[in-house]
Amino acid sequence: MGNIVDRRKNNKGKSTGNRQKFLRRVEDQIKKAIPDIMSQESIKDAGTGGSVSVPIKGIDEPSFHHQPGSGRKYLVRPGNDRFNEGDRIPKPEGEGKGGGGRGKGSNSPEITQDEFTVVLSREEFLKYFFDDLALPNLLKKFMDSTYTFSYKRAGYTKDSVPSRLNIKSSFQQSLARQIALKGAYEKKLKALMLQLEGVAEEEERMLLEVEIEKVARQARTIPFFEDVDLRYNNFEQVPTPVTSAVMFCIMDVSGSMGQHEKDIAKRFFTLLYLFLTRQYKNVELVFIRHHTEAKEVDEEEFFNSRESGGTVVAPSLKLMHKIRRERYDDSWNVYCCQASDGDVWSREDAVNCRRLLRELILPSVQYMAYIEINRNSEGDLWQAYKEVCDEINFSMRRIQEVNQIWPVFRGLFRKRDELNAV
Amino acid sequence: MNKKETYKSLFCNPNWDYPTLEAADEVTERIGREYLKLKTYSNQIEIVTSEQMLDAYSLIGLPTSYPHWKFGKDFVMNQNNYSKGRMGLSYEMVINSNPCISYNMENNSTCMMLLVIAHACQGHNAFFANNYMFLDWTSADSIVDYMVFAREYIMACEEEWGEDEVEQVLDACHALMNHGVDRYKKPSKRSARQENERLRKLTSIRHENVNELWRTLPSLRQGVEESRKHKKFPQEPEENLLYFIEKFSPTLPDWKREIVRIVRKVAQYYYPQSATKVMNEGFASFVHYHIINKMYDEGWVNDGFMLEFIKSHSSVLYQPEYNSKYFSGLNPYTLGFNIFMDIKRICLDPTPEDRLWFPNLIGKHWLDEVHYAMENFRDDSFILQYLSPKVIRDMKIFAITDDESKKEYEINAIHNERGYKRIREQLSQQYDRANWVPNIQVTGLDLHATNKLTLTHSLYNDRKLEPEETRKTLEQLRSLWGFPVEILTRNKLGVNEQSFVCR
Repeated sequence: MGNIVDRRKNNKGKSTGNRQKFLRRVEDQIKKAIPDIMSQESIKDAGTGGSVSVPIKGIDEPSFHHQPGSGRKYLVRPGNDRFNEGDRIPKPEGEGKGGGGRGKGSNSPEITQDEFTVVLSREEFLKYFFDDLALPNLLKKFMDSTYTFSYKRAGYTKDSVPSRLNIKSSFQQSLARQIALKGAYEKKLKALMLQLEGVAEEEERMLLEVEIEKVARQARTIPFFEDVDLRYNNFEQVPTPVTSAVMFCIMDVSGSMGQHEKDIAKRFFTLLYLFLTRQYKNVELVFIRHHTEAKEVDEEEFFNSRESGGTVVAPSLKLMHKIRRERYDDSWNVYCCQASDGDVWSREDAVNCRRLLRELILPSVQYMAYIEINRNSEGDLWQAYKEVCDEINFSMRRIQEVNQIWPVFRGLFRKRDELNAV
Repeated sequence: MNKKETYKSLFCNPNWDYPTLEAADEVTERIGREYLKLKTYSNQIEIVTSEQMLDAYSLIGLPTSYPHWKFGKDFVMNQNNYSKGRMGLSYEMVINSNPCISYNMENNSTCMMLLVIAHACQGHNAFFANNYMFLDWTSADSIVDYMVFAREYIMACEEEWGEDEVEQVLDACHALMNHGVDRYKKPSKRSARQENERLRKLTSIRHENVNELWRTLPSLRQGVEESRKHKKFPQEPEENLLYFIEKFSPTLPDWKREIVRIVRKVAQYYYPQSATKVMNEGFASFVHYHIINKMYDEGWVNDGFMLEFIKSHSSVLYQPEYNSKYFSGLNPYTLGFNIFMDIKRICLDPTPEDRLWFPNLIGKHWLDEVHYAMENFRDDSFILQYLSPKVIRDMKIFAITDDESKKEYEINAIHNERGYKRIREQLSQQYDRANWVPNIQVTGLDLHATNKLTLTHSLYNDRKLEPEETRKTLEQLRSLWGFPVEILTRNKLGVNEQSFVCR
């Protein structure tokens, strides 16, 4: 009699380890493919579920084997329907591996698959995507700066402000004190009464009665609350990680920004967004677009509606600052990225922007990135920002083509890391 | 209700249950033993899900294996193909071990379950337990334990020497895996007593035949003889490259040597499987066909069950014709099954033609002859011995020559009187290992200066080595050997046609 075992309940991941080994083996290829995927695919839903297939060039498992087509091969086939001994059949044109080489009988193990795709889960994809970026140092920095303090109840204290008075425990204290004091007076009173009964002389009786009167009054007038009764709620400061971040996207939508520039900007914003969603539980987006005036819009409008006109940048920075102050307190990590073609209305505007940046924005944000999508020369804004580019939480880059986003994105963070190291 | 009725109602319910499998195992086992006289290992039937079957696929039919990316790659590939519907999973997979482990897919119907239990747990099991290739080259008792050892050993190496280093060794070994197989037994080492005995005899013979005259010969020649002897190493060519490396690599550290040994053992374990594909599947099909029919005759199953069985059976044995779009070579199930069935037919009901072709089979009991064939052959010899004109005619087999130097294929034999023999030889050759594994042997090792290893590839049907792959494989060999390696392709006249060197 055989033994029957139901294996279905066993764990299924028997090949997980080997799959990981294989992924490590093709890591370079996967990483190389990521910029292509990013620039081809719609990245809008990059943060959501689903999977990504990465084409993998057949990785070699070389062995000694015969060259297909060389020498003489003797084949045997079933189902002869037309041939007679001695018949000749022309070989198919372009004879390489095809024709006779294919289907050489099912016992020949020479099945080579040149290319196949690895399907990465979203998690795995993002891991590869960010692995290079989240340098240890940077990560640490992130962790450090994402703490805030919250107050947590921690017992009672005798000394604090009235607003934190804990009535219940104060009253308990008071009751205890009242009972204790009352008991003591009562005992005293009883003793005095006994004494009174045994005294005959009038004068002494008078004195005792006065005494009794006094103690009885004391017993009646035990104060309801005294300072010693009061108990206040105690709070301790506890560091808690911040799980929310807000990302401001500021984009120039003036006439000088074409579809191409917008496309690049969009991809850049998406990348930063992806990065933030990996770091924080909750990421909010605020879109501010500006031409001559700044306006908060939703994502759809931000990327899609067309505007024209001149460019004034400073109002958008002011608007951003205003929104931040109104809606996001210190517990939020603030990120800001600005995309522009670098054109500004006037030198004065650029100088204004620099001032705003230095005085209002940079002190309050975790990080600000400025990208200039400009095919020719450095724009005015670039010139102006250059002076603040030494700030730790600011960096700026120039991009010309879609496929430059990835390196630039990496560069942004790398730069920051280098600065930290100094 | 008696037992037969109970079992019948179990077997005829398309949804199986634990008792169904137990009953199936019991009945097939009894029929196999009593009717087909099968000697088998005990069975361990495991029910698995499709994911687990994919795992089993990537480990090439072993319950466990050492960790390596290759298995991960196969897994990813199979998973892709399976999830895209390009590949179906087989109904069962069976492991040559004792007890004989077989994996059965959970979504098989009851009929399929019976079929695969008869096929794998009786057919394949009996084949593993009786065929000489498996008895000679594998040890079913210890393979699972050995793989557990291999896994642990390689994981310990990874721990100690780093995953990259271990991976590199394994990569190199895998490249040579096809050349890590012994096809002929090496003489076993003499024991100390035997060796002493031999030396004693040798000395006494010398004493008896001593002749003073020999001393007068100049001693110089002796020196030349000595050095010539030393120059030639190995004295006999060695076809098992992994064995040669394991034994003679000058600088390989011990732990790497052990890894080479592990891969060599695994390669050896697979060797009989690759050499008996047609026989193995053919015999297993022969067994399930007989067992299920016997069950029907004995009344264990009803007509509906048989219809489903016949449908599954014939789709397993379907042989697309050469010009069909489903054609992918000869179906080993079909070929093997047909040959085994024909052995039975010849024994029971020979025609004059059979008397001419198979005089040995005439008048014998069919079961004895089937057992004899199953036990003592492998694919190439089996076909050469038993492929009958009737099978060739039935399958309309024909033979083609594909010569590199000619512009046309030539049909050199069809299913007629003149062609039978040639087809038989040609088909047998197709299943010869030499047809797909180039014949490469270690022929030289320069022990004096460079430790250079020389391999010789002997041409088979003038088929050359694929240059690109050969170079890459040679690099792997170089990394294992630690010194330069070269490979020379020799034709029949001993002339070099190709040569590759990796310094």
